[in-house]
Amino acid sequence: MQRIGVFVCHCGTNIAGTIDVKAVAEALKNEPGVVFSTDYQYMCSQAGQDIIKNAIAEHKLTGIVVCSCSPRMHENTFRKTAAAAGLNSYMVEIANIREQCSWVHKEMPVGTEKAIILGKAAVAKVNLNAPLTPGESPVTKRALVIGGGIAGIQTALDIADAGFPVDIVETKPTIGGKMAQLDKTFPTLDCAACILTPKMVEVAQHENIRIFSYSEVSEIKGFVGNFDVTIKRRARYVKEDLCTGCGACTEKCPQKKVPNEFNLGMDNRRAIYIPFAQAVPKVATIDADYCTMLKTGKCGVCSKVCTAGAIDYQAKDEFVEEKYGAIVAATGFNPISMDKFDEYAYSQSKDVITSLEFERLTNAAGPTAGKLLRPSDGEHPHTIVFVQCVGSRCAACAEKGKEYCSKICCMYTAKHAMLTRDKYPDTDVYVFYIDVRTPGKAFDEFYRRAVEEYGVHYIKGMVGKVSPEGNKLKVQASDLIAGKQLHIDADLVVLAAAIEPDKSARPLATMLTASMDTNDFFTEAHPKLRPVESPTAGVFLSGTCQGPKDIPETVSQAGAAASKVIGLLAKDKLTGNPCVAHSDENMCNGCSTCGNVCPYGAITYEDKEFRMPDRTTKMRRIAVVNEAVCQGCGCCTVACMSGAMDLKGFMNKQIMAEVDAICK
Amino acid sequence: MQVNGEFKPLIVAFCCNWCSYAGADLAGNNRLNYPAEVKIIRVPCSCRVNPMFILRAFQRGADGVILCGCHPGDCHYTSGNYYTRRRMALLFSMLDYLGIEKERTRVEWVSAAEGAKFAATMNDFVEKVTALGENKRLEDLRCKK
Amino acid sequence: MQEIKREDLIAKAAQLLADGTVDRVIGWKKGEFDYDVTPAVFTSKEELENEFVWNDFCGANFSKYLRKEAEKTESKAAVFLKPCDTYSFNQLLTEHKFDREKVYAVGVPCNGMLDDSKIKAAANGISSVSEENGKVAVETLYDGKITLERNEMLAERCVNCKSKKHVAYDELLGEDGEVLDSARFDEVAKIEAMSADERFAFWQNELSRCIRCNACRNICPACTCEKCVFDNPDSGVENKAIADSFEEKMFHIIRAFHVVGRCTDCGECSRVCPQNIPLHLLNRKFIKDINGFYGDYQAGAEAGSRAPIVDFTKEDLEPGEAVERGGENA
Repeated sequence: MQRIGVFVCHCGTNIAGTIDVKAVAEALKNEPGVVFSTDYQYMCSQAGQDIIKNAIAEHKLTGIVVCSCSPRMHENTFRKTAAAAGLNSYMVEIANIREQCSWVHKEMPVGTEKAIILGKAAVAKVNLNAPLTPGESPVTKRALVIGGGIAGIQTALDIADAGFPVDIVETKPTIGGKMAQLDKTFPTLDCAACILTPKMVEVAQHENIRIFSYSEVSEIKGFVGNFDVTIKRRARYVKEDLCTGCGACTEKCPQKKVPNEFNLGMDNRRAIYIPFAQAVPKVATIDADYCTMLKTGKCGVCSKVCTAGAIDYQAKDEFVEEKYGAIVAATGFNPISMDKFDEYAYSQSKDVITSLEFERLTNAAGPTAGKLLRPSDGEHPHTIVFVQCVGSRCAACAEKGKEYCSKICCMYTAKHAMLTRDKYPDTDVYVFYIDVRTPGKAFDEFYRRAVEEYGVHYIKGMVGKVSPEGNKLKVQASDLIAGKQLHIDADLVVLAAAIEPDKSARPLATMLTASMDTNDFFTEAHPKLRPVESPTAGVFLSGTCQGPKDIPETVSQAGAAASKVIGLLAKDKLTGNPCVAHSDENMCNGCSTCGNVCPYGAITYEDKEFRMPDRTTKMRRIAVVNEAVCQGCGCCTVACMSGAMDLKGFMNKQIMAEVDAICK
Repeated sequence: MQVNGEFKPLIVAFCCNWCSYAGADLAGNNRLNYPAEVKIIRVPCSCRVNPMFILRAFQRGADGVILCGCHPGDCHYTSGNYYTRRRMALLFSMLDYLGIEKERTRVEWVSAAEGAKFAATMNDFVEKVTALGENKRLEDLRCKK
Repeated sequence: MQEIKREDLIAKAAQLLADGTVDRVIGWKKGEFDYDVTPAVFTSKEELENEFVWNDFCGANFSKYLRKEAEKTESKAAVFLKPCDTYSFNQLLTEHKFDREKVYAVGVPCNGMLDDSKIKAAANGISSVSEENGKVAVETLYDGKITLERNEMLAERCVNCKSKKHVAYDELLGEDGEVLDSARFDEVAKIEAMSADERFAFWQNELSRCIRCNACRNICPACTCEKCVFDNPDSGVENKAIADSFEEKMFHIIRAFHVVGRCTDCGECSRVCPQNIPLHLLNRKFIKDINGFYGDYQAGAEAGSRAPIVDFTKEDLEPGEAVERGGENA
């Protein structure tokens, strides 16, 4: 039996004005377990807290009920008071007789009666309280950033600058991501490479950063502060420590017909290659799918020309195991496939291209050395049609495209149109759009310049069909404002393809037990207040893996994610919330229903041996809650039909005792 | 229960700690009245509310039970109230199927900023339950005073 | 009449025992009367030939038996599963309730099982029941031989059979059937169409007959808790015998709620209820609602599937709407 003390606060006249506090204290004296009951003007004051401390000592109280303002105000205060008097701070319950009683009811008898009932409910609960101790777990002071685009780069740099070691895992042979493929960036039109590559070099040279390029995460175990991660380093057949990046091998390799993914297949590279001049790490990689030596055992040219002796045909995939305290997902995006958009003739004509392909066509390091030439015949295009929202805002055709707005297309299309008119003023440029969305600093001004200064023809309406005829592309479109059909003979059609999360994000989310939305974007812990954290503790989100973003937004989110990581890694120990779920292994039947509803992946299952009454043993599957990961929502407790799963601090019995006390 | 010959319903309101309980506090801060028949039980999340608690309340003499949680999409635990929504849709439909008056149970989404909505919801709920009268279909006669 | 013959089942069981695939077979054997066939474990050909029964009264769903049976030894047990049983089989696999490796499942087609209570209602003093030219021949003490139409004697769950397709097996005897369009929700819709007062009166009448024998819970393939909350003094809701009409409601509502999304509608609860309470109408209400609210879902159709009660979409309907829709969501 508990020895409970009840402390009724007047809160000046806030409570005492409509509640007879003395009557409340008197009535609660008779409740089971209550050995002491009093009232005071301001319980939260030092003098009030002293009354509580003295009573705990004098009456050997094992639990206290404070009838006062909302627990959201002073629960913590009174918990500290209890702790100072040597009582476990979770033996404190608050009856909210101010916000939910004296302030909403006008008549003294009504308020008093309700306050007594609320007090009884709190007493009934404390009777079933048990001391709780928050769990502690150590923090591994190292962060993992998955993805080496601008988001991952910025996050890694910020964490590393704060003094914590960071590893970047990137699937491609080089970091840099999509930004490395871009030509200019809106709205300032500075060159993407000029602002990105110094950051890439900084990453390479940073003493706190390691880059695992051409690698992927293959397994993640553990929880916040204590992740065990296995990284698969794919065999690149070139020793990274020996290769000097001189590129001799990439010039001599006889296999010249490999589609160059960096230029989106618009030209070819060799079987041994460095993706682009400023690649980091600047190390060659052998493409095992095309290398004659690896496929047939006959060639070996690269090995012969390599003066550093870096080529290793025997290389195997390697696995690195490392511990991390925090993980940042920065897996980025890709334009969606144009396969389902046959109305734009993407698969029928080389001159129908995506916007990212257009970037490469205008990039000085691209397949045309920066000259805007038609992919089919290398001629200069004189009429270019840009089509916006190809697969974006596609609510009616969800199986084809995406319901969401890809956010960046309006601006890069304005950029493409403007740059084209700037470099080639003899070119007619049409942009077909649903809406032009330009919310961002200096964005609308930029778009208006494209229209007003550069004479880009913006037409509200969608393109219905593109048909290749001879060396022209017949574009049929509607002009919604003029209310007429348009027919344009274009030389080049550029599709602003919707963007979607990288395919690696979904399996990564599964490994992290991080939640995703239906579009495979990572879900944030709170859409407004915790936008860079995943609901899964210790997992943070950077860049477009969380939703479509442009570069400035990505960089600021990357920095925000880094600051959250730094905040976590700066701690030596993590103190958990002790009000977490707990499964009674004797009752658990291992059905896995609880794990299905846990938003944090805090529940795992294991086989455990049980001794049976007849002295035999039996293996049974049971649920185990990781207290460091559980956030205490209690969803699992309702999913659990056997009642094995319960929530400390809000146990089934406690809530039912409150119900009973209220309904008595 | 009958008070001076007048029926006063007993209402149990389960409120999630993060939105609705704060919304109820805000109703208090703004001194917005609602009937004292409403007694609030704080739970971490609406998804903590087990159907057994609801039946238990009716058993012990409650005349109405209302669950309040964060608006869908705003759950502090990201998805708790989505589960609540499915569980309660099914449970309430079942209670209706058993002939229990459907006005006795309700789920309402109340954010921390919606003190006015909280008070209005409670006023409305109490009014509806008062009109129904005493809960006789889910009561336990042993629990009668 | 069942298409597959008793001899075929015995031959299959004997072969599985002989070639060492399994060391025991779960099947049916005769009880005291022709119509109370009971589950049994057979370990030899002799036993099978002497006692194995396969007729129109082999209604028992063996899925739940597997749980205990598979735990007993390291060796495999064979089990005969009718199409409806295979759904429970999958559902139990989804919940990790037995080791699939320890079970050899033999699918048997089913033409529907008979309801002994219907036969008892039509014939007094039954001494034997057999099958004659597709009809049910009943020898009675008082009225001699009575011939009944098989279709009229079918169990309710077989009249409204949801599927003749086996969704899980290692081996199938005979031809597999199809998932059927059944009228199984008609009865639920009928109750939904009543007024609230009528519904309350209906269920009060049905549930007040409950004697809390727990047969429904014990037979239910979805009720697999180590300890039922209603038996557990620590749960706070422990209750046993009928003490107040509330208790049956609490028990049956919570029991039905605990099997939401897990109940395969095998109908065993109603089959075993000694008070003939139509318990399946509670479960079917949930199934019907799930189908109406969240799209068709058949528990057990696919092992490992995620039940709608442990899933959600952002656009789900509100509980208030669910109640308003009531019976309109067929």
